[in-house]
Amino acid sequence: MKLEAYVLLFVGVFFGCVGLAYWLLSSEDAGSIMLLGTFLLGCVPGGYYLWWSRRMKPRPEDNPDASLEDGAGAVGAFPGSSIWPFVLGGGATFVAAALVFGAWTLGVGLFLAVAALVGVIYESRRGGLV
Amino acid sequence: MTVLADRPEVFDDDAAHEHVHAPSGFLKWVTSTDHKVIGKNYTVTAVIFFLLAGAMAMLIRAQLANPDSTFLSQHTYNEMFTMHGSLMIYLFVGPVAFGGLANYIVPLQIGAPDMAFPRLNALSYWLYLGGGTLMMMGFFTTGSAADFGWVAYAPLSNSINTPGAGPDLWIVALVLTGFSAIFTGVNLVSTIYYLRAPGMTMFRMPIFTWNMLVTGILILIAFPVFTSALVLLWCDRHLGAHIFEVQGGGMPVLWQDLFWFFGHPEVYILALPFFGIVTDVIAVFSRKPIFGYRGMVFATISIAALSTSVWAHHMFTTGVVLLPFFSLMSYLIAVPTGIKFFNWIGTMWRGSVKFDTPMLFCIGFLGTFLVGGVTGILLASPPIDFATHDTYFVVAHFHSVVMALVMGAFAGFFYWYPKMTGRMLRESLGKATFWLMFIGTNVTFDPQYLLGLKGMPRRIAEYAASDGYTLLNRISSVGAAIIFVSVALFVVNLIVSWWVPVPAGDNPWDAATLEWATSSPPPHHNFLKLPPIRSRRPVWDKNHPNDRIIEHAKPKLGGMFATPGGAVLLEDVGLDGGPEAER
Repeated sequence: MKLEAYVLLFVGVFFGCVGLAYWLLSSEDAGSIMLLGTFLLGCVPGGYYLWWSRRMKPRPEDNPDASLEDGAGAVGAFPGSSIWPFVLGGGATFVAAALVFGAWTLGVGLFLAVAALVGVIYESRRGGLV
Repeated sequence: MTVLADRPEVFDDDAAHEHVHAPSGFLKWVTSTDHKVIGKNYTVTAVIFFLLAGAMAMLIRAQLANPDSTFLSQHTYNEMFTMHGSLMIYLFVGPVAFGGLANYIVPLQIGAPDMAFPRLNALSYWLYLGGGTLMMMGFFTTGSAADFGWVAYAPLSNSINTPGAGPDLWIVALVLTGFSAIFTGVNLVSTIYYLRAPGMTMFRMPIFTWNMLVTGILILIAFPVFTSALVLLWCDRHLGAHIFEVQGGGMPVLWQDLFWFFGHPEVYILALPFFGIVTDVIAVFSRKPIFGYRGMVFATISIAALSTSVWAHHMFTTGVVLLPFFSLMSYLIAVPTGIKFFNWIGTMWRGSVKFDTPMLFCIGFLGTFLVGGVTGILLASPPIDFATHDTYFVVAHFHSVVMALVMGAFAGFFYWYPKMTGRMLRESLGKATFWLMFIGTNVTFDPQYLLGLKGMPRRIAEYAASDGYTLLNRISSVGAAIIFVSVALFVVNLIVSWWVPVPAGDNPWDAATLEWATSSPPPHHNFLKLPPIRSRRPVWDKNHPNDRIIEHAKPKLGGMFATPGGAVLLEDVGLDGGPEAER
């Protein structure tokens, strides 16, 4: 997990340096703030991964000598099939269309989106491990 | 090495039950959370947008084939180049890579049963489809589709200069596809971080997967900026926010800043997946390991990092950007890209190269991308950019780049089509597709460099006969027709392979990475058995158990040494040399 953390931390460190240099050279706000945001985008999850990588059990995918048996057991829970992403996507599209065509599609969009949120939450209680 | 270990996986009763009763037909298409179905959906949808955008390109070239042309009205011409660019960039080249091919292939390459968030993955697709549909609906509104160029510069994109529902649809469509891309980025990074098979360390991942990891991170850097900027633009148009308008204290050039902070990384979001495809395909068809694997990984990371620090090189002529900074950073990208070229050639060097269709497309990619890349280096120089900005030189430059990426997409498509469908595409038709596309690309875009140097501006619907642009424009239009024929042949190839299938088998190319260890197409949750992962080429290890192992020596002077078999390796110059033996 350390390497994964370092990849993100590299993003943070690189854009920290570039952002600082850019700010000092240009004093331009928009670009500097975007680079600051990118610095945080690398550092925050990267720092968390690094912190976590020192506390977690070693993973078989990080071990070059791991055998498949080392990864025995469930990989995770995967839903088989679900109608709710389709409904939520449709709802979001109708909500977006409301920004162009007026409020009449908003009701449809919000109804679909709320239905999908409720549906997907209930659905999470079933499904199996793979 | 020949012994296959059983995949130690658990199917509990609920999951098995659900699998047996999984819906089929239309309902399967709508409800599936399987990355393979979603990947195919993405690919098919993106190819449809590609064909639509290609048809618009043909109309554009038909208009420009003659001076003083009245084939299209000026307004229609504006719509055509706007929607051509928007469809190609936002709805084809990006989504076909990170939503289509990567969605399908990345979990297979790392031995994962699915993407990390399957329902989020499905939502990404539906947002993409919804966004694409909304954007196309612009053609059916009274004011017709967006016509402010694919970059939507302020103040042209405000509600006075481009009123109507078409531009608004363009904006909200890209908000939806923006969220779609962000969700896919999250999914890719999480999948690669958390769902690798035992033994699949980061430095054993195929380069395509590495590139998709970096692309995922780039998506997370770039797309939120663009999506927010679009919301601000909508507020400007409808709520009078004056963010990008001088009246009320706004700043039009801020749009360019925000747009290109997305727009330039976006170029690499488009490019890196195809760099990955090309790397993997060249290795397979040269029957050699990838030359300079770690160098490739570091080059990818460097390109991605630098690409986010060069956005204002699109804004040199605004006069408000820090020229030396952006010029230097732009030049620097040539270094890791050069490393990649060196390694691609190194992979082919002394390999037993087979010129199947995917390999031909890769070689076409190298040539075309080189032209686009070198002219990009020219444009990174502010004086040259001042002279050529907004001329056809820039159009030719980025079309060389993007057509190279299209060839990369075709390489990936020909390479993985057998895995995705269990059928082969026809080699003869494929080779004809390649040659026509390669010739057509050069005939179309090489004259445009000259047109640019002669001063022909971008985005003009008409030019006069006295301008002297006629001959080169005609040649360019002929080239576009050749590209059209090549794409038509590709569609014929798809139809032929569908009607008269040639079974592919599990591993028709004798490839080395993990996706070829499973059946074609793969079963639900991908693998019934995984081979042991002891190197970067687990399937090669399994299929060629007696292949000699080339130990990595500590690099000596220059890092070059000859193996007993005579093959010269420069593998991982200065970067590797650890105890891990790679085949």
